[in-house]
Amino acid sequence: MKLNLNALQSLTHSDRQADRVVPPSGFTARLTLFAAAAMAFLAVFALALSMATGRLASQWSAELARTATIRIVAPLDQRATQTEAALAVLQTTAGVQSARALSDEEQSALLAPWFGPEVSLDGLPVPRLIEIVETADGIDAAGLRLRLAAEVPGAVLDDHSRWRAPLVKAASRLRLLGWVATVLIVATVAAMVTLAAQAALAANAQVIAVLRLVGATDRYIAQAFIRRFTLRALAGSALGVVLGVIAVVLMPSGGSEMSGFLTGLRFQGLGWIVPFLIPPLTALVAFAATGAAARRTLENLS
Amino acid sequence: MIELENVAYSYGGGELLSDISVKLAPGSFHFLTGPSGAGKTTLLKLCYGALLPTAGTVRLLGADVRTLQRDDIAMLRRRIGVVHQDVQFLDHLPVAENIALPLTVSGRGGAAQGDDLEELMAWVGLTGRAQGLPPELSGGERQRAALARAVIMSPDVVLADEPTGNVDWEMSQRLLRLLIELNRMGKTVLIATHDLSLIRAAKAQVQARVLRIANRRIQLAGADL
Repeated sequence: MKLNLNALQSLTHSDRQADRVVPPSGFTARLTLFAAAAMAFLAVFALALSMATGRLASQWSAELARTATIRIVAPLDQRATQTEAALAVLQTTAGVQSARALSDEEQSALLAPWFGPEVSLDGLPVPRLIEIVETADGIDAAGLRLRLAAEVPGAVLDDHSRWRAPLVKAASRLRLLGWVATVLIVATVAAMVTLAAQAALAANAQVIAVLRLVGATDRYIAQAFIRRFTLRALAGSALGVVLGVIAVVLMPSGGSEMSGFLTGLRFQGLGWIVPFLIPPLTALVAFAATGAAARRTLENLS
Repeated sequence: MIELENVAYSYGGGELLSDISVKLAPGSFHFLTGPSGAGKTTLLKLCYGALLPTAGTVRLLGADVRTLQRDDIAMLRRRIGVVHQDVQFLDHLPVAENIALPLTVSGRGGAAQGDDLEELMAWVGLTGRAQGLPPELSGGERQRAALARAVIMSPDVVLADEPTGNVDWEMSQRLLRLLIELNRMGKTVLIATHDLSLIRAAKAQVQARVLRIANRRIQLAGADL
């Protein structure tokens, strides 16, 4: 590691003379730059995706885990009594922080998207909903169901776990995919830089032979290439990250809770730092990849 | 300086050189001759660590080549100047920078090289071509540039492989004079050539010994050459 640090230091200290011994290569240089930029751009989105889904997964499991709903399905004349009874049961249930019945207005607001705002619910046997907010410990759903079955025949407890579990699972899987994509992108950068470096080393076989003949050490020769590819990868991926972050910033955000997932792709808080770690990481990967390629090539020369 | 002891070298098939023992004393002047394909270039390569002997011992400046690391070989090359038959340069750099390349790669480049470089360029007669690119040079100019590059580090030994191979008689005389001058400055010189008239010309000016490769072995050629 110490040697690596030294080598890194020698990259920053500018040795233009050493840089000049390898002929400039316009076209392949631009290709490396482009590929690094494209990969960094993609990495920004992969990171945004995995961080957003990670956030969603924990948000959903946290929020939904602490709420439950009771539906009172009963004829209109018994509905109010059963609601009272259910609330009474809830008051003596461990793990319930608060419980309240939704008002008629709230229920019609919930149904408005399907029935339209003009429809009156007065004559319809719409079940009454009771919203339960749990304490951190949560409720014993099975026990509560038994008590409700005995005392409030029309009550149905829904602790959301039925649809919460697959959603949280899906979000976690999506986050995993995002990370896998990021790792693949980094590996691709390494492969691409190795190929480009290999090609450059092969194209400059004569230069390397001349340098060896006049007494250049392997380190000196390798450095001219390493420096070049590291700086190219750094510049390319910095460009890609800037463009990617701009694209993420320009994505529409906010809106109602209905569109929460798609608009939640932006980074949040300290998350904004993460994409800017991509260029140094890319440079490090390019540094290692070129170094390995150069070592392999040079060891085969006399 | 350079010592070969019972050295053999074989390329895959059969032995090209066998049982070779040579000792180049400091300040000596040697010619290496023999028919084409006899192994002159191979022997030179053994002398600057580009090849390792398949048998026997090669000692360069006191060190056994088998014990040398890659970086040791690089350091050795700074003390052994080599001129190839088909010299190669960094074609994108001007002649002056190519000649100064050994200084550059050993970290001694920069301002310090100014006067020495100019003097050296004048010595090989390339002052006017300093800013030209190597591909623009003629055969003789390339050989002289290579010689300048080989000696800019003030090496102890100068090895030249057919330095006059691609140039006319007059130019080869000029190159020879430069090599003889180097020898007078105390450098050990070894020239591989099949050009017997060059050897004769040299013998008039310097005490040169001639090594001849024949039948895979080396012989000290008689003075009557």
